[in-house]
Amino acid sequence: MPAVQETVERVRTLDVDQYKYGFETDLEVDKAPRGLNEDIVRLISAKKGEPEWMTQWRLEAFRRWQTMREPGWARVNYPPIDYQDLYYYAAPKMNPAPKSLDEVDPEILKTYEKLGIPLREQEILAGVEPARRVAVDAVFDSVSVVTTFKEELRKAGVIFCSISEAIREHPELVRKYLGSVVPVSDNFFATLNSAVFTDGSFVYVPEGVRCPMELSTYFRINERNTGQFERTLIIADKGAYVSYLEGCTAPARDENQLHAAVVELVALDDAEIKYSTVQNWYPGDAEGKGGVYNFVTKRGDCRGRDSRISWTQVETGSAITWKYPSCILRGDNSRGEFYSIAISNGFQQVDSGTKMIHLGRNTTSRIISKGIAAGRSENTYRGLVSAHRKASGARNFTNCDSLLIGDRCGAHTVPYIESKNASAIFEHEATTSKISDDQMFYCLQRGLDAEEAIALIVNGFVKDVLQQLPMEFAVEAQKLISISLEGSVG
Amino acid sequence: MTDITPIRTQAETQLLDYLRHPRSSLPVGDGSVIRRADAIARLEREGLPNRRVEEWKYTDLRALLREAAPPAERPSAADIAEARAQARVFADVAAVRLDFVNGHLAAQDAPPAGVTVIGLAQALAEEHPVLSNLNRVDVAGGNASYELNRAFLSDGVVVHVAAEQAVAQPLHLRFVNRGGAPFSTAPRVLVVLDKRASLTVLESHEGDVAAQPNSVVEFVLADDAQLEHARVNTEAAGTIALSTITAVVGTRAAFRSVNLHAGTSVSRHQLFVAYEGEDARVTLGGVTVLSGTQHADTTLVVDHAVPGGESRELFKTVIDGEAKGVFQGKIVVRPDAQKTDGRMMSAALLLSPDATMNNKPELEIWADDVQCAHGATCGELDDELLFYLTARGLPREEAEALLLQAFIGEALELVTDEAIREAMTGLAIDRLAKLA
Repeated sequence: MPAVQETVERVRTLDVDQYKYGFETDLEVDKAPRGLNEDIVRLISAKKGEPEWMTQWRLEAFRRWQTMREPGWARVNYPPIDYQDLYYYAAPKMNPAPKSLDEVDPEILKTYEKLGIPLREQEILAGVEPARRVAVDAVFDSVSVVTTFKEELRKAGVIFCSISEAIREHPELVRKYLGSVVPVSDNFFATLNSAVFTDGSFVYVPEGVRCPMELSTYFRINERNTGQFERTLIIADKGAYVSYLEGCTAPARDENQLHAAVVELVALDDAEIKYSTVQNWYPGDAEGKGGVYNFVTKRGDCRGRDSRISWTQVETGSAITWKYPSCILRGDNSRGEFYSIAISNGFQQVDSGTKMIHLGRNTTSRIISKGIAAGRSENTYRGLVSAHRKASGARNFTNCDSLLIGDRCGAHTVPYIESKNASAIFEHEATTSKISDDQMFYCLQRGLDAEEAIALIVNGFVKDVLQQLPMEFAVEAQKLISISLEGSVG
Repeated sequence: MTDITPIRTQAETQLLDYLRHPRSSLPVGDGSVIRRADAIARLEREGLPNRRVEEWKYTDLRALLREAAPPAERPSAADIAEARAQARVFADVAAVRLDFVNGHLAAQDAPPAGVTVIGLAQALAEEHPVLSNLNRVDVAGGNASYELNRAFLSDGVVVHVAAEQAVAQPLHLRFVNRGGAPFSTAPRVLVVLDKRASLTVLESHEGDVAAQPNSVVEFVLADDAQLEHARVNTEAAGTIALSTITAVVGTRAAFRSVNLHAGTSVSRHQLFVAYEGEDARVTLGGVTVLSGTQHADTTLVVDHAVPGGESRELFKTVIDGEAKGVFQGKIVVRPDAQKTDGRMMSAALLLSPDATMNNKPELEIWADDVQCAHGATCGELDDELLFYLTARGLPREEAEALLLQAFIGEALELVTDEAIREAMTGLAIDRLAKLA
């Protein structure tokens, strides 16, 4: 059945021509020459003041990248990208190591203010604790501008800084973990990122520490014709817990911008990492002109026993999204979760999903994906669930629903389910009708009709997760989850 | 960027070599609907499909087909007689038989009233108008296995059922392979039903030789036509079997195809269905029982191009030993196909720690007022169910057998004719009994 009016209206408010973050900041910038070669890679490394091993690591990646081909299997179409026509480094001209916010270019501060990102640490008033505090790492084009609450986090033992700083200050941790989840040669875009990544965040939560506040990174592409290549590395040591949020926006431009990030998460024994994204890159205009190409490799490694990684993503932006946040469930009893809402409008193309790779015993995973396509957009869920020989007792539950609004868009589901272990139980469903009979019965018995009951149960479930998104993300996410699932197809 | 120069495998070289000296005398040149040259050019260009080709990701034919067997010679009269005598599948079901021995049409019963049966060679020579129904399903076009059949086409038959004819007796397409050395076959059958005609088609593949058959059976159903298709594959060990079923369904037509896979070492069974008329109903079912190192792939594409179509797919796979099962199903709903109702389910039971199942149920939807669902499950026998039965005094083996029968029974239930269903159920139970 077609989508209900309420849903149509809600999605309309997210349409591409309603993009609120399309403004541009006028700044003096320091740019590397256009194009990509070994000299540029060296230049980026030098700009970051990196040690020799890091430069070599990048050069190796670059050499490898030159032998690779761009992947063509995703259901996205775009004109060939000229990788020599991009700027791989662009940084606002500023004091390279601002001691306080007063030394940061006020234009940049204004930009973040406009975006609603709190960069000033809230002063603690006498006796009044702010309800919720979030440490922010603000990345502007190729550099991290500022990281807030560093002192307070340091007291708890948590390292939260830009990756460039981590390479300089904590080389032992970076060398141990960088590239250990997403190997340098993983895929075309990850390899490119390994060669030219400019900034991103680094988090290390030591053994037994529960990170005292939410950590977040806000990415902003501002410069014209630049590629943004950020690299995030989060390590939760034994028994640690951290919740991390990521937000992104870009100015409205006629040409396409490239964003190829790599995110690596490592969870050791009993550790838990929650990673949430609200992706709102510029989606292009109503005619499909411009917009960000978002080619991202995100992967979490549940390396320890009883570890847990959960990905939550709300995808509304980007002209093209190519993104599969995954979990490698290596440790016994580890758990991976993926909750996604992807809304595409205009001429957007989304090919997103997850991979749950069960390697350890009694590993469990859950995938809940909601795709909503409107306008002339294409929305594809592509997911892999696999159990290896030793993954006895593995369990997966997958539910993906898609909704189409209008008859010029497309919604596709491409799940891969590979089981090499008899005791692994995998269930995949792409329908709203297979919710637990008990829950349905309970709702029906209380006078709800079937459709209301389904909406209540599914939304209730997703809401549970999304309500944990703090600050301004929550507002956006809340708006999205209220979209009903009526009329959804598998 | 480095370019990879394709290196031909031994099998690819052999296949191209056989094509340089074709044994078939079928008129399949440029003017014919078959256009063999296109298929050969394609094989030269692309070689055998491998895991880098998305649709063949789980069945890497380039790796599985080490040695390509030569096309079969036309069998002798003695061979034909022996082959017919040894055929077992559906032997107890009364039917009009069309016998293919080693891929060649060898013998045929007199067709029932209203049914015309013409050999493919004759139809091609006459440029029979009914041949315009060949290659009608777009989604099958370009498929590697389908194209190989075109390149190697050995023989075939065209069956035409006149309008309004309700044919009571099933038509049995009986494929028997026998002989010593391995050979390949590439038969093609076209079954065309005119308006309001109805027919049941049985199809069986059996033999005592490790052959390499690649059969294509194409069904074309005009408006309100009804076709039931029941297929059994029990070929000998060592067999590498490719098979393709295509169907075009007209307005309010009903097509049903159920497959039982109970033999062969490697198999790939493909179904391609195209909706050409509104409100047509299609039901596809399948049971696959695997053990040892068997590999069986079921791949289907149901293409809803017009409004109101209904499709139901139910596939069950039981895997023991180190066997590998594959299910790839895709429901396509094109922009105009509003009110489509599609449901696809694939369930697999893994009985041994070394068994593998790969499921890929896909949806590709372009219309907003449709209902489509797919499900895929994979796991072992439910302990609770076993406990229930053993608590009631059944020995564990019997309890397991009962649960397995129930599991596959659900898909065999889709066969409407009782005698046919019983024949298939019997074969399936025999096959299950042979599991350790």
